[in-house]
Amino acid sequence: MEVIAVKELSKLYSSRDGSVHALQEINFKVSEGEFIAVVGPSGCGKSTLLKILAGILPPSNGEVRLRGTPITGPRRDIGVVFQSPVLFPWRSVLDNVLLPVDVQRLGRDGHLKVAMDLLNLVGLDGFERRYPWELSGGMQQRVAITRALIHDPAMLLMDEPFGALDAMTREQMNLELQRIWLERRKTVIFITHSIPEAVFLADRVLVMTPRPGCIMDDVQVKIPRPRALEAMNFPEFAPYVHSIRGRFNAKGMIDA
Amino acid sequence: MKRFWNVALTILLFCSSILAWELIVRAFEIPTFIFPAPSKVAMALWRGFASGLYQKHLYYTLLETVLGFLLGSALGFFLGTAVALNRYVEYFFYPYIVMFQSLPKVALAPLIVVWFGLGLKSQVINTALVAFFPLLVNTMVGLKSADEDRMNLMRSLAASENQIFWMLRLPNALPFVMAGLDVAMIFALIGAIVAEFVGARAGLGMLIQSMNFNMDVSGQFSVLLILSIVGLLLNRCILLIRRRVLFWDPSEKERLERERIVL
Repeated sequence: MEVIAVKELSKLYSSRDGSVHALQEINFKVSEGEFIAVVGPSGCGKSTLLKILAGILPPSNGEVRLRGTPITGPRRDIGVVFQSPVLFPWRSVLDNVLLPVDVQRLGRDGHLKVAMDLLNLVGLDGFERRYPWELSGGMQQRVAITRALIHDPAMLLMDEPFGALDAMTREQMNLELQRIWLERRKTVIFITHSIPEAVFLADRVLVMTPRPGCIMDDVQVKIPRPRALEAMNFPEFAPYVHSIRGRFNAKGMIDA
Repeated sequence: MKRFWNVALTILLFCSSILAWELIVRAFEIPTFIFPAPSKVAMALWRGFASGLYQKHLYYTLLETVLGFLLGSALGFFLGTAVALNRYVEYFFYPYIVMFQSLPKVALAPLIVVWFGLGLKSQVINTALVAFFPLLVNTMVGLKSADEDRMNLMRSLAASENQIFWMLRLPNALPFVMAGLDVAMIFALIGAIVAEFVGARAGLGMLIQSMNFNMDVSGQFSVLLILSIVGLLLNRCILLIRRRVLFWDPSEKERLERERIVL
């Protein structure tokens, strides 16, 4: 059964010097528990797509359905991870994780154990009383992932969540995310501009082109899981990266 | 060890400059009504406190300052919040606020005496008036400065405007509000003293003026000394509150470290 159904989705930004077609007739479906990566050069409307999926930006045309009901505004069954951790410095790690619980009045008592289990899962046990400034960038992003999972959302949206991290931490976080995903099997839509990252993480890679942003290709990644970082050196890995990069080169857009 | 020497040097420097002041005044026989020696100032200070005169006036000035500070900053905070949250309030009130802000508030002191008399009420209003604006402006800016990513996060969680205010905007504005309180405290003391200059029945500012009429310059020096200590202590109070409230603010930590070097 599909979790997400995107149909004929378009977004038009109008400004003083005319309108910009950020997204044009996007169509795709996501099944329960699937890990989808959306890859494309900067300015291709990836973030616009994510904002529409998160319900914080209305589409100009078309619709998105989440488990059958259209997304018309912010929803409580979606978890979002942004490029920066977006933690509140006045809240401790635990309080940051419990923010969705506070906002949606789900009751702290019932979620305390969930929060501790999740912090354990992301490797932050013992850090719950710390404050964001005491953590490294990678740890902060783990807190953000924990926060996105706390209210058990139907779908996890991730907008270049590791884009601000250094290359080593980034690889580590990719491994961690795979481990968390294998354990929880959430439906994930992961936006990135790194082709290897997309191939490494995803079951399916949606390739986007800019102006107007549309989906050019839908690539199934058939590499068995769990994938180790060494998988990037395996003979079956390279063709995926190569063919996706080829799509961009053919259009004269080298970015990643 | 280095710290010990620094402290020792500081004390030595202080004592020697006081001594130099004393010696210069004596050597050149500078009249006390122009520039009193530190010994004369110390005597005036002792006499003032022994007779209970200074305590009475100090209490009065402190009362004005603190009451005016509380009243002015509370009003500033609430109006600032209203302006930041409501576009209509901003549209209709902001021009007046800007106009009023460019006016030196102490220039209103004579009018306020005419309207409210020589009593405590008049000085408190004057003090509140100068303490009002730093809070108003800082609260406004602080509440509007919530980061777009954080706003998006709250929106994606389907937070209500009310929740966004209490969970995001308000805590986010606290560093600004505290900076406003810092300035307002200093302004409040100035406002209180100016109000007493213009017309009051008691207070250190009034005392300075009456001493001036009597050419009691050592007395004035002693009151100035009290005032600078009062200013310093009030400022420390705000700093202590600030430290507790803003324990999470990284810029606060830098600031504290800088101040530790100075002190």
